[in-house]
Amino acid sequence: MAMTKSELIEAVAERTKITKSRAELVVNCVFDAMTAALERGEGIEIRGYGSFTVRDYKPYDGRNPRTGNQVSVPSKRLPFFKVGKELKTLVNQGLAGGGSVEADHDDDDDDDE
Amino acid sequence: MTKAEIIDCVYEKVGGFSKKESAEVVEAVFETMKDVLARGDKVKISGFGNFVVREKKERIGRNPQTGEPIPISARRVLTFKPSQVLKNVLNPDKAAVRTKTAESA
Repeated sequence: MAMTKSELIEAVAERTKITKSRAELVVNCVFDAMTAALERGEGIEIRGYGSFTVRDYKPYDGRNPRTGNQVSVPSKRLPFFKVGKELKTLVNQGLAGGGSVEADHDDDDDDDE
Repeated sequence: MTKAEIIDCVYEKVGGFSKKESAEVVEAVFETMKDVLARGDKVKISGFGNFVVREKKERIGRNPQTGEPIPISARRVLTFKPSQVLKNVLNPDKAAVRTKTAESA
């Protein structure tokens, strides 16, 4: 089970009693604002949820693990998320509550856009 | 950037909400995600990234000072996997190349 952005929009609409199209504007606005902050290199702190920082990675010479060919990996910036205390506890408490996660639940469908 | 600034952003850009309502809807966005993650489910925000709950098995760790083995109990942790779109935003000049080469990353 996973929640997608459109499901998040529906859930927020129900929760706050606003229309789906209003909720869509809100959810998009939230992630656009966060993306813009990261683009500026600015960190984001959401209390109770977590924080995002932008990390700089130096260029390095790596290898294609399949072919063994040497490739140079250019410097890059990546977002890094650190889970907040409250959410960390919530997620871990789910263990005792017998939630829906199984041991290898995540590894089969990590498709990204 | 803090939640307060995100709330201001919603207040200014979405329009039609009071400050208080803007705060409530932004709060609802994060609370909803928290509920889902607490259940052990993942949250996938296309264009931003996926928040994934991972199940860690019990393993033996070590006290780095004494070298003494100590069991680390099974736990659930939350990880964030940024989307390729977000990675490209952070690396505009390399975006074109990266989309081609890093698809499997």
